[in-house]
Amino acid sequence: MISLKNAGFSYGSRAILENVTQELAAGSFHFLTGPSGAGKTTLLKMCYLSLMPDSGKLEIFGQDVTALSREQITQMRRRVGVVHQDCQFLNHLTVRQNIALPLLVAGKNIEDNMDNLEDLLSWVEMDHRADAFPEEISGGERQRLALARAVIMDPDMIVADEPTGNVDWEMGQRLLSLLVELNKMGKTILLATHDLNLIRSIKGQVPASVLRLKDGQLNLAGARL
Amino acid sequence: MSFNPLEYLFGDKASDQVVPPRGGAAWLTGFASAAMAFIAVFALTLSLAVERLADYWALDLARSATVRIVAQEADLAAQTEATLQVLRTTPGVKSAEIIDKAAQLELLEPWLGSSLPADTLPVPQLIDVRLGEPGPDVQSLQLRLSAEAPGAVYNDHSYWRAPVLEASNRLRLMVMISLVLTAVVTVIIVVLSAHNALASNQGIIRTLRLLGAGDSYIARAFVRRITLRATMGAVLGMVLAMIVVLTFPSQPEDGGLLAGLSLSGADFIYPLLVPLLVAISAFAASRLAARYHLHSVT
Ligand SMILES: Nc1ncnc2c1ncn2[C@@H]1O[C@H](COP(=O)(O)OP(=O)(O)O)[C@@H](O)[C@H]1O
Ligand SMILES: [Mg+2]
Repeated sequence: MISLKNAGFSYGSRAILENVTQELAAGSFHFLTGPSGAGKTTLLKMCYLSLMPDSGKLEIFGQDVTALSREQITQMRRRVGVVHQDCQFLNHLTVRQNIALPLLVAGKNIEDNMDNLEDLLSWVEMDHRADAFPEEISGGERQRLALARAVIMDPDMIVADEPTGNVDWEMGQRLLSLLVELNKMGKTILLATHDLNLIRSIKGQVPASVLRLKDGQLNLAGARL
Repeated sequence: MSFNPLEYLFGDKASDQVVPPRGGAAWLTGFASAAMAFIAVFALTLSLAVERLADYWALDLARSATVRIVAQEADLAAQTEATLQVLRTTPGVKSAEIIDKAAQLELLEPWLGSSLPADTLPVPQLIDVRLGEPGPDVQSLQLRLSAEAPGAVYNDHSYWRAPVLEASNRLRLMVMISLVLTAVVTVIIVVLSAHNALASNQGIIRTLRLLGAGDSYIARAFVRRITLRATMGAVLGMVLAMIVVLTFPSQPEDGGLLAGLSLSGADFIYPLLVPLLVAISAFAASRLAARYHLHSVT
């Protein structure tokens, strides 16, 4: 699903990732952990085609991303569901409209997907807030909204950047169980978090592995959970 | 695949909801476009009026001529008679009538006043000539006149006609320049407004890109907004200008320049074209601006 070969990335002269080599198999569940500022967001951005590696190779769905045209990048972005660290909502649109946004920009008919949209709203327990605006909802609700928007296009892979960062334990568990559910449906999950308790709590739910990012290096940490 | 601008603008009505509605600055585009349309319609109406007036004068002058006879009192009647004879036997001349002294004085009244001593004033004998279509062969007519009535001077008004035509040509040119300038200003306003909208929505554009929106989708949202706003402004400006023109107090036929400030029949097509042209140029200009902007940012 994702294949990194000696991939490197730097902001200016500051190297963030160096010689990162890793394979993420289709249907796998990966945690990405590491101290704050280690480059987790940077790595995820490469996985959802917001950044391109400076060196080495990154293949997503078997395609070398640096060889893609603008149009192909747009098409590929539609196959990756993203829960951004900073959410990235359009504040002038309602919760429902924000969830439907990926459909809208892909030129899909919203009417045809209405059932899907309502199902998603109740799946993330946001039906009662569907007509609220992003600035009117709580942190936990924002993360659930972001997750609903990430799955509306039925993507093969979901990338989530610290979705539990600003919510309490209980909400964190709720979000994790939604991701587990998606993984059981066959979707590849890559979840960045620095919360080790969250990582431990998945034990017994789905097989998952932990990638640890430190000093620009990515390593598979410990045993499979 | 053929490109359909109407489909582009109206095919997906939801497309521009991704751009947040903005108050003040956004209305300036519409207002500026309304002002430009108003000026354009006004310039067009004025040019139509000038055209009509110039036609009226030029045609009237072209269809008539004057023969002036300057001769000794004793000779005058004979020469007048000979002149009339020559004129009436010339092909291309419809009629030739003596303008009697009273009528001549009447013509002079605006310049000289009405208290003229009619019989002491030496006025030449004038003959009003109505020309047919085509007119007479002026050179041979003049030759014959000089043989039959040496005091007769033929004048076909080309002397007065030239400046009328010259002035109307000049006015037409100025109107054309004004129209071109309004079009240029409208395009500049649209381009600036597109750049402003794109720049102030950087964050939204980035988000849309990450959610899988292509450049053309994003461009379309902005183009749609700006084109519709500029067109609405232009329609409003056109309607206001038309109201002013149509309620213009009507004047008698020969009321000069002001009499012509009206629209009739096919003339209405010109003001109606203004919003259409604004729409087309706003569409093209904002599309170019958006594409350029989106391509320069990754
Ligand atoms: N746009 C940027 N320009 C320059 N430096 C950046 C930028 N974004 C992140 N960084 C730096 O790169 C490092 C890694 O950032 P990030 O990937 O966000 O880390 P993490 O998500 O693990 O906390 C940090 O030191 C951060 O300051
Ligand atoms: Mg981060």
